Amino acid sequence: MKNIWTIAKREYDHYFSSPVAYAVAFTILLVLGIIFALNIFYYAQNSFQSFGSAPDVSSITGAFVFMLVLSVPALTMRLVSDENRMGTLELMLTAPVRDAEFIIGKWLGGFLFLFTLIAITLIYPIILNNLVSPGIDQRVMLSAYLGVILISASFLALGVGISAVFSNQIAAFFVTMSTFVFLWWLVGFPAGILPSGGEIFQYLDMKTHFYDSLNVGVINLSDIVYFISLIALGLFTGTTSVEIRRWR
Amino acid sequence: MIKVTGLTKDYGARRAINNVTFDAEQGEIVGFLGPNGAGKTTTMRILTGYMPPTEGEAIVAGYDVVSESLEVRRRVGYLPETVPLYTDMTVFDYLKFMADLRHLPNAEDRVDESIEMVGLTDRASGFIGNLSKGMRQRVGLAQALLHKPEVLILDEPTIGLDPGQVVDVRKLIREIGKERTVLLSTHILSEAQNICDRVLIINKGKIVTEDTPENLQARLVGAERVILRVRGEADDLAKTVSKVKGVESVEARADGAIEFEFAPGKDVRPEVAKIIINEGYDLLEMRPVGLSLEEIFLELTGSESRS
Ligand SMILES: Nc1ncnc2c1ncn2[C@@H]1O[C@H](COP(=O)(O)OP(=O)(O)OP(=O)(O)O)[C@@H](O)[C@H]1O
Ligand SMILES: [Mg+2]
Repeated sequence: MKNIWTIAKREYDHYFSSPVAYAVAFTILLVLGIIFALNIFYYAQNSFQSFGSAPDVSSITGAFVFMLVLSVPALTMRLVSDENRMGTLELMLTAPVRDAEFIIGKWLGGFLFLFTLIAITLIYPIILNNLVSPGIDQRVMLSAYLGVILISASFLALGVGISAVFSNQIAAFFVTMSTFVFLWWLVGFPAGILPSGGEIFQYLDMKTHFYDSLNVGVINLSDIVYFISLIALGLFTGTTSVEIRRWR
Repeated sequence: MIKVTGLTKDYGARRAINNVTFDAEQGEIVGFLGPNGAGKTTTMRILTGYMPPTEGEAIVAGYDVVSESLEVRRRVGYLPETVPLYTDMTVFDYLKFMADLRHLPNAEDRVDESIEMVGLTDRASGFIGNLSKGMRQRVGLAQALLHKPEVLILDEPTIGLDPGQVVDVRKLIREIGKERTVLLSTHILSEAQNICDRVLIINKGKIVTEDTPENLQARLVGAERVILRVRGEADDLAKTVSKVKGVESVEARADGAIEFEFAPGKDVRPEVAKIIINEGYDLLEMRPVGLSLEEIFLELTGSESRS
């Protein structure tokens, strides 16, 4: 357990010296800031005419997860593949660290970085809460943020797993991105077309586990199970591919 | 401390090492000597738990490298051939990170000690990426020494070091080798001669021979060879020397000196010295030129090593 923390901490610190991480953080915060500003503007206009409900955070969190599809591959692509390229994997694999601890540490490091970003974006709902008169719906806010956290954790796990499979970070980037696009947009298609058996595709479709439930304040066990399964799958892929590397 | 039996490793269809068997005791420095591609790095990677062998068994510090890999890794210090380092970290932070992975109780002190041992104290807060190759090599060495390992495995530890550092590092290794087990690989034969208690010569994945550097030399040299030099012209010198009983062959060298051989154990040097002085020559030099380890090495590994 201590090793996971040691590796995560190094990875977390690394992000703060990485231009890619700053670019990702800057873009996310900027886009969310613009969406937030538009929201306030929209609310201010409508409130004069006294129609429409109080704004909630779902437009911000909704945009946030969309940005994750595009930015997590950039955060995870080098996590393991770069160690392989620099040869430091040899260092890690001959240190008294379990392969799973190594992978989980990498994942946790990325997660803590994204979690920091998520925490920063909390200023938007807090401002919003002070602006609108009855305050925002706290339940929606909490569940929407839980959704963002679960999606971040799932994406990062898949990204780490894919990064461990590829020794080239560009390859890792594109495969990770394709996987997210697949899970986010493509896998749900057959559900609408197939006459029967479409439920499985429906279940695999990531956005339905967010937009239709967590982002509107509904917390279902099946959604949580879905995300935890993805995390487990990603970490398992990563650990297994490190083990396979040893045997080659 | 290290016990290797029938170790074999295939990379796909290529057999990198073939039935390698050897052992190393505590307090012994064993040198792994062989040409490029002989399988030194492969063997070391198996011993450090980096990868499992295809066949065979290796026990390091009392644990099996495959089934008890973590226990082995806790007790081994390893300097990989490529000296991988996190170049974006400072020397101190990097070593602290590696020390934390080993759960060292007094990590910071150990880091400071290791940095001092390799003479990098003034660069401790500098980024590894800004260090020269030799300095990085020393950071790698410091990393291997952090936890005072029972077994130290060093893949070409002095490559890329300046002569002063080579001396220092060899001294350090000899010091460590007094109590611990050191396995090091090298192409430099004088290094093996200089620091190793025992040398394993490996070629094409097989151990060709193993012995102490002295024995290796003695075993392979059929006769002892001496070079002799006198002042001035000495046309008849070779003839004079060949008259001495026990001298087996005499050869004049291009530079005017001569070389002669005698059977091991039957030292004729005093007689040779006497006779040339009696003949009125001014003796300038007389020294043994025994086959160098280089020559032994080439002989054992065959001409392939040069191709
Ligand atoms: N990862 C690998 N994949 C395939 N073949 C490999 C791999 N690593 C080493 N080999 C092969 O195994 C053989 C032994 O290589 P090894 O690196 O152990 O030699 P070495 O004795 O360390 O050589 P050097 O003195 O050049 O460091 C070589 O033929 C090499 O091509
Ligand atoms: Mg090598």
